Amino acid sequence: MAKIHVTTTVNGEPVEFLCEPQQSMLDVLRGPLGLTGSKEGCGSGDCGACSITLDGRLVCSCLMLAVEAEGHEIGTIEGMASGDGLHPLQQKFLEMAALQCGICTPGVLVAAKALLDKNPDPTETEVRFGLAGNLCRCTGYDKIVRAVLETAAEMRGAKAEMPEAVR
Amino acid sequence: MTDIRYLAPGTLDEAVNAFAAAAGAARILAGGTDLLVQMRAGVVRPGVIVDIKKIAEMTTIEETPEGGFRIGAAVSGARLAEHPRFGKAWPGVLEAVNLIGSKQVQGRASPGGNLCNASPAGDSVPAMIAAGAVVTVQGPHGRRQMPVEAVPAGPGRTNLTPGEILVSFTLPPRPAGSGDAYLRMIPRTEMDIAVVGCGVSLTLEGGKVTAARVGLGAVAPTPLLVGPAAEALIGSRLEEEALAAAAAACSAACRPIDDKRGTIAYRTKVAGVLLRRTAAIAAERAGRA
Amino acid sequence: MNDMTNKWIGQRTIRPDGAEKVTGRAAYAADTTMPGMIWGKVLRSPHAHAVIRSIDTAKAEALPGVKAVVTHRDLVEFPLDKSVMLGIQDMRWMCRNVMAREKALFHGHPIAAVAATSETIAAEALRLIEVEYEVLPHVIEIDDALKPDAPILHDFLSFEGKPSNIAGKLEHRLGDIEAGFAEADVVIERSFTTRPVHQGYIEPHACLVSVAADGKTTIWSSSQGQFMVRAMTSLLTGIPQSDIRAIPAEIGGGFGGKTIIYLEPLATVLSKKSGRPVKMVMSREEVMRASGPTSGSKSTVKIGATKDGRLVAAQGTFWLQAGALPGSPIRGAAGCGFAPYTIPNVVSTGFDVVSNRSKVAAYRAPGAPIGAYAVECVIDEVAEALGMDPLELRLKNAARQGTKAAHGPVYPRIGFMETIEAALAHPHYKTPLGEAPPGKRRGRGVASGFWFNAGGESSAQVNITEDGNVVVTTGHPDIGGSRASIANITAELLGIDYKRISVLIGDTATIGYSNLTGGSRVLFASAMVVTQSTEKVIASLRERAAKIWKIDPEAVAWEDGEARPVSDNAGRFPPLSLAELAARATETGGPIGAGVQLNTTGAEGGFATHLCDVEVDVDLGIVRVLRYTSFQDVGRAVHPSYVEGQMQGGAAQGIGWALNEEYIYDRQGRVENAGFLDYRMPVCSDLPMLDTVMIEVPNPKHPQGVRGVGEVPLVPPLAAVANAVYDALGKRFYALPMSPPRVLEKLEG
Ligand SMILES: Cc1cc2nc3c(=O)[nH]c(=O)nc-3n(C[C@H](O)[C@H](O)[C@H](O)COP(=O)(O)OP(=O)(O)OC[C@H]3O[C@@H](n4cnc5c(N)ncnc54)[C@H](O)[C@@H]3O)c2cc1C
Ligand code: FES
Ligand code: FES
Repeated sequence: MAKIHVTTTVNGEPVEFLCEPQQSMLDVLRGPLGLTGSKEGCGSGDCGACSITLDGRLVCSCLMLAVEAEGHEIGTIEGMASGDGLHPLQQKFLEMAALQCGICTPGVLVAAKALLDKNPDPTETEVRFGLAGNLCRCTGYDKIVRAVLETAAEMRGAKAEMPEAVR
Repeated sequence: MTDIRYLAPGTLDEAVNAFAAAAGAARILAGGTDLLVQMRAGVVRPGVIVDIKKIAEMTTIEETPEGGFRIGAAVSGARLAEHPRFGKAWPGVLEAVNLIGSKQVQGRASPGGNLCNASPAGDSVPAMIAAGAVVTVQGPHGRRQMPVEAVPAGPGRTNLTPGEILVSFTLPPRPAGSGDAYLRMIPRTEMDIAVVGCGVSLTLEGGKVTAARVGLGAVAPTPLLVGPAAEALIGSRLEEEALAAAAAACSAACRPIDDKRGTIAYRTKVAGVLLRRTAAIAAERAGRA
Repeated sequence: MNDMTNKWIGQRTIRPDGAEKVTGRAAYAADTTMPGMIWGKVLRSPHAHAVIRSIDTAKAEALPGVKAVVTHRDLVEFPLDKSVMLGIQDMRWMCRNVMAREKALFHGHPIAAVAATSETIAAEALRLIEVEYEVLPHVIEIDDALKPDAPILHDFLSFEGKPSNIAGKLEHRLGDIEAGFAEADVVIERSFTTRPVHQGYIEPHACLVSVAADGKTTIWSSSQGQFMVRAMTSLLTGIPQSDIRAIPAEIGGGFGGKTIIYLEPLATVLSKKSGRPVKMVMSREEVMRASGPTSGSKSTVKIGATKDGRLVAAQGTFWLQAGALPGSPIRGAAGCGFAPYTIPNVVSTGFDVVSNRSKVAAYRAPGAPIGAYAVECVIDEVAEALGMDPLELRLKNAARQGTKAAHGPVYPRIGFMETIEAALAHPHYKTPLGEAPPGKRRGRGVASGFWFNAGGESSAQVNITEDGNVVVTTGHPDIGGSRASIANITAELLGIDYKRISVLIGDTATIGYSNLTGGSRVLFASAMVVTQSTEKVIASLRERAAKIWKIDPEAVAWEDGEARPVSDNAGRFPPLSLAELAARATETGGPIGAGVQLNTTGAEGGFATHLCDVEVDVDLGIVRVLRYTSFQDVGRAVHPSYVEGQMQGGAAQGIGWALNEEYIYDRQGRVENAGFLDYRMPVCSDLPMLDTVMIEVPNPKHPQGVRGVGEVPLVPPLAAVANAVYDALGKRFYALPMSPPRVLEKLEG
């Protein structure tokens, strides 16, 4: 089967790959690109374990063709921490034990970050609906929701402390 | 194994040509939230995939000279939500489009895909019906327009002719005192397919309903325009009597099935309940507008 | 042990495997690859019940890219007339579950498997396998399976001398049941049903297997027990255990469903035949159709009480679906239901019923939620009939130290009463429900529950690194944060910072035999072997300090992570730290480390009481949980966050079971909702915060006082929600789930 050449950006770095036309972005991330942080829980958009961002917008990588990445920017869990520092959400998830088995965690973190990028001061209800596309069977969501709210509060606090010019 | 080809034309004409040339073997790709699921399940095996998201007309939201809106068929729910004025004019349509799936699904799913997928339970469709939306389609024989309720033909089937692509939805201008709303019944709070969906659009003058349209989803092979329900509301002040008549009209319009998502009895009853609730929200919005 | 001087036990430390999990680096089974790897896929029965006349794989084998095909002929057969047990699993059934033999017994039953160079080719090859079936009538529901003219699944099964779908019976008896009911002033008898529900782990079953040319076999897989994987694969393939190395990948949830194998023996034979490493990953649909959910059930419970609120007699009969092959959790249903109470006269009976659906697998406190649902609803009715507060009735009859349970034991010190007292005293129970908005009604329900907990075999190795830090290896896959708890315990014993301790899960070649992660046994058992290993290490450290100081080891104490003379009498020496002793290990006797292997005992039962507030939309029939609080005797919360996590996760699963989760079958016996869209597990917006109250009544038989905590949380919720819905509506549901159409039907009816 003729493969297609795709040029894209993944976590800020230029990436090229070959894929079959019907292959999903998730398959290419996990296969040729070796980025197995995005998980497949269902392959049909229902669990959110495969969550990534496409030009900053949250999507399920299992519901996107890999060829559609051409010319766009992909963000995955592997790009969430910068250098050796975890993202505040990642740090808070560890501190507040917002993961048990951890299989949902990459998707939940990507979705939570997308939520906070848009809405830095969400209510509990907004967090719950914002994460409704991410199934977690282990935690009952309690600690996840608390960790997201707590991170948001801390990030707002950190921002408030910053001088006006940097904000 | 047959080769699949992926095309992402930049113009509508190219898309129509490619789509028509492939005859029945091609599939349009908008957000892919139905198509990819169906491909994976082996329900559809397209030979050609025509991605329409590179076509400007399919991905833009415009305000028409008359004061209405024209929404490209492939605009995602998330984009529609970000439009500064659309949600103010058509809050019901917006909430219906935004009920489709999760935030993730919202990033991709389009009203065009929702309509053309032709599920009886597509959430945006009853709201679009209530809104009186008209669709523009283009095919090998040119362009035509039709009311949104004329598109679905049955579960998974549309009245688009071979080679035709849905281009856009046009929503009429809103007179003062208008409001719309959409509610659906699902067992969970999210991530479910509607067991019943109800869209209502109303215009009020001095508390009296001067115009009304009612759309119902998931209660028949296609989403329905429920004329008798609208008639029961028009001329009323949404008194109990009028609401009861409209609710009864909705229940009467149901031709549902028993399936894994709900029973006939349940759907029939709930159609009436939702009509009352949706009408109340639409009226409240109309009162403010 | 349970004093307030603990520095690490009871701390919310950062889990050792955490950073890898939040960055997406942790390796789960499906993330593993090998050079030359090919893909395996399973052909599954399209019929719920059919004789397999023939299987022709020639065309599939001829397809370019196909490297191997297997059918049941490639696996070891276990004859039907001789039971071979591995733990609680009978290999006669396992071998037929992994690959159909005489008959296809459910829709989705594996018929053959293929390995090919790509997933697409493997899928294509499956379509080329020709199977001739003789379709038989099938039966799914218990009532249908018990009918006199029901299709019989297995001609080797008979009950009371007749061919039957009843595969087994279990009975617990205590006292004199007739005399008990004769004494009762109030007797209530009710029948209940529950639907099959799935564990719902987000990670599908997956494995990668490499069989080298010399037969050495390496298995990476998602399981709750690498030793179980090794043993079952060995039995089904004939490869000796010494040639199999089973490596536990990180596991993405199991809840009991990964205590048996599905893919590993198939991948092993495919790899052996093809000479290539083979990866197999189930789709979500395969998980739902063909991996074990738990039983659907029907039960009848009858309870008698005196006017003053003493429970004097209880009788329960529980029929559980086993799926296609025997083995439903009747022990949990019949054993746990009445276990929270002091009832002098009890008969509790369980029946194991086979039918044409996938074989059940364990699901968190297997069977117990089913038993508790029926019992706790009837107790609620008894309380109402007596005009008693439902918690007061439970408290009055609560099992306590010395209570003889119908399933056998006499309880030692347990903390059940404390859970009820805590619930009674909690603001949740004291706060009025508040007025419901128009069209809605509110209610509050309570329920309690019990789970046996378990001990069993565990191994641990504690090694001191040359730079004076610690590596602990245990043999249990960590599904809920057990590594974090082990780090806390080791840090406490050694008196060093938990960050200096690395906790690993060994594979079958690197750690001694350890039983499954299941039965709420992991921390109980592994803490025991880790404690004993660490104590040995400390003894060795004291000996080495003694050697350096040239004093008696008895004169050396281990305190705050260093060796010190016990007193000035022993000599005046500056303390020797762990790092210093590690650095001098070679001169003092060589590497420092110790391992312990035990069959642990003394896991005592766990109890919980739950409070639930609901709001019901009476026009749509939708039930929402507004507030939920769990009270549980957790023994000792070694890492409180992960204990709370178990309590919250169990409550959420129970709410799902009560309200919306169920398997739906079509007329052909196919699962109609084999995916997350229509198998409705709770999503984030469905639930409130899930409050937890941990009550610590230490287990006297454990060094840290640990009791299992993982399973009890799923026992009370079904009845807690059902009792709350009753309180709201004044109508009782005797069937789960209480999904909107059923609620509305009840309200209208
Ligand atoms: C997890 C999940 C949850 C969902 N929840 C909901 C829900 O709550 N409510 C709901 O209504 N739906 C739901 N859906 C279904 C789906 O998301 C919607 O139907 C969505 O609107 C489809 O839009 P799309 O752009 O992704 O369509 P696509 O998948 O791209 O297309 C759908 C179909 O329409 C055809 N098509 C698309 N655009 C055109 C066009 N312009 N002209 C002609 N044919 C076209 C395609 O060929 C395809 O057959 C859900 C799906 C998932 C995966
Ligand atoms: S794998 Fe994409 S949503 Fe589940
Ligand atoms: S932590 Fe296991 S699924 Fe979320």
